[in-house]
Amino acid sequence: MPHSASPPPAAPHPHNSLTRIGWRRLRRDRVGFAALCIVGAYLLLALAAWSGLLASHWQDEVAHPYAPPTLFAGTAPHHLELSAADIDAADRRATSAAAQDGSGATGLSADEDPLAADLAAAEQQSAQYRGAEQARADSLPLGADQRGRDVLQKLLQGSATSLQVGIAGALLALAIGTVLGALSGYFGGLLDDALMWGYSVFTSVPDMLLLLAFAAVSGRGIGTVVLVMAFTSWTGTFRLMRAEFIKHKGRDYVRAADAIGAGHGRRMFHHILPNVGHLLLVQFSMLTVALIKYEAILSFLGFGVGVTQVSWGAMLAEAPAELLQGYWWQMLAVTLCMSLLVTAFSLLADSLRDALDPKVK
Amino acid sequence: MLAYIVRRVWQMVPTLFGVMLLLFVLFNWVGGDPSYILAGKNLSAEALAGIRQQLGLDLPLPQQFLIFVKQVLTLDFGTSWSTQQPVSTLLHSRIGPSLLLTGSILLLGTVLAIGIAALVAYLRGSLTDRLVTLIATCAMSVSALVYIIAGQYWLAFKGGWFPIMGWSDSTLDNLLHYLPLPLLLGVIVGLAPDIRFYRSCFVEELGHDYVRTARAKGLSEPVIMLKHVLRNAMIPVVTSLMMSLPYLMMGAMLLETFFGIPGMGKEVVMAVERSDFPVIKAITIYIALATMLFNLLTDIIYKLIDPRVQLH
Repeated sequence: MPHSASPPPAAPHPHNSLTRIGWRRLRRDRVGFAALCIVGAYLLLALAAWSGLLASHWQDEVAHPYAPPTLFAGTAPHHLELSAADIDAADRRATSAAAQDGSGATGLSADEDPLAADLAAAEQQSAQYRGAEQARADSLPLGADQRGRDVLQKLLQGSATSLQVGIAGALLALAIGTVLGALSGYFGGLLDDALMWGYSVFTSVPDMLLLLAFAAVSGRGIGTVVLVMAFTSWTGTFRLMRAEFIKHKGRDYVRAADAIGAGHGRRMFHHILPNVGHLLLVQFSMLTVALIKYEAILSFLGFGVGVTQVSWGAMLAEAPAELLQGYWWQMLAVTLCMSLLVTAFSLLADSLRDALDPKVK
Repeated sequence: MLAYIVRRVWQMVPTLFGVMLLLFVLFNWVGGDPSYILAGKNLSAEALAGIRQQLGLDLPLPQQFLIFVKQVLTLDFGTSWSTQQPVSTLLHSRIGPSLLLTGSILLLGTVLAIGIAALVAYLRGSLTDRLVTLIATCAMSVSALVYIIAGQYWLAFKGGWFPIMGWSDSTLDNLLHYLPLPLLLGVIVGLAPDIRFYRSCFVEELGHDYVRTARAKGLSEPVIMLKHVLRNAMIPVVTSLMMSLPYLMMGAMLLETFFGIPGMGKEVVMAVERSDFPVIKAITIYIALATMLFNLLTDIIYKLIDPRVQLH
């Protein structure tokens, strides 16, 4: 029997994907949204520092060593100012006085001293590179470090490095974990056994020990740290993705995709992956936090970024010696800066988990 | 039960083999030729050849791997490259301080965390609960490095209540003088994440029907918390505890480095600094073995605390 009235034409239904619902929920979650803004601000600053717009001159010695922060300019512990230039000058005075006696600093005449020629050459060379002595500030917004570098600039550059290491490491670990987990869960069988074996090998050694073992055989530098971290922290994502792919591969929509002739690769990464992508987003924020903390420890121990780079861990490594002399500003700045980002990232992970949970309507 | 244990132990063989393969690839292949490091300043072709022969590096790779397997099976890892001590005696003297430090941190930290977590879970939604959760979230965001640097500076150097660093041969002296500050800092670093995790376990249990039944039949709140909820919430707690046990052997690496405690963690850091491959390899194998054994133990303990669990 034909219907007398055809159903009303479907109203143009707004595209209600999980991403969009999640985004709306996140906007409503005040804490989560604030956390997102903070993380976004850090990312912008890091991008600016990374591209050289900001803090590209962090290595310049612009202030007196350990110049205090502007607010505490009067309260800084008293210190004797003796820079390398002072020592050089004193040395030169001593040498020239000795030279007038007819003997060098060593008590030898210029003819007898086997190093005299080398020293003179070195003197000439260094004079060639000695730039104009620039004016040094007495105080800076966040103070200065041992060499008189601006802590604020170091902090910006260090944040960029730490974020770069954390995010790149997390992305790479996520990629390794997802691809292996997808293969393992989707195909099962021998491949699954082999990958599970690899998983059990990597999880039977604690993260930090594995990181150090990798660090022992690799060099220093940002690229190496990122690789080392990715190789050691893909296991969590692997287990998560494997379980999800096992769950999803038998679902109707995947079988429908099979029926219309989608290949394995297309079914895995075009059909199933978008359905589990929200888990990856949560995993990404948790991994980034963990890797930023690991980077700090690795750099502190001296196995992290190279000596010409600065990161939060490298800055904290200077803190114990500074504290002993009463210079607390660099440590305080790094601690606050790092805590704010880590808190924001953890809160964001919590909010994302709630906002993207498909079971909650 | 026995059949289960035997099967699980048998399953450890391929994993251990994998760990050996990973270490071998890392240190004998990726790591390059260590004889340049060892030869130091007396670099001559004969010296290099001598070192290579001594370490077996002139042998083909499969044969080198067989030597490594034999080392693992006999638990004899040769001598340390930097100190020339046998690795086994070296590690033997390092394990005690690590166990003392990490064991006491784990014990004190767990008892404190479970107590506080049970309390705030019971008071959930109250101001105390929200305050504790907030403090824990903030405390977790600060790097462990900062706690240790600040604690060593203010409590030991400025306050003078503890020795700044050190370790002695007598256990009593260690317990009374050298242990308290590292112990305190270790507990502080671990407390916040533990409280948050245990609290969520307790809160989840409190929502179950059996809690309502227990209340309905007139049990007092302490009995409900301690007898019913605690026992059920123990499963995730035991898991996280057992997972942290392998770290017991490795010790609290940072604490040992800062306070000069001659434990496994400090040894690892020094071995990495000196490229002392035999020591790193030995420690990794031992820790991997411990992890596998503790995983098995975890599953057996599950069975004991939860009769519903089926081992298979």
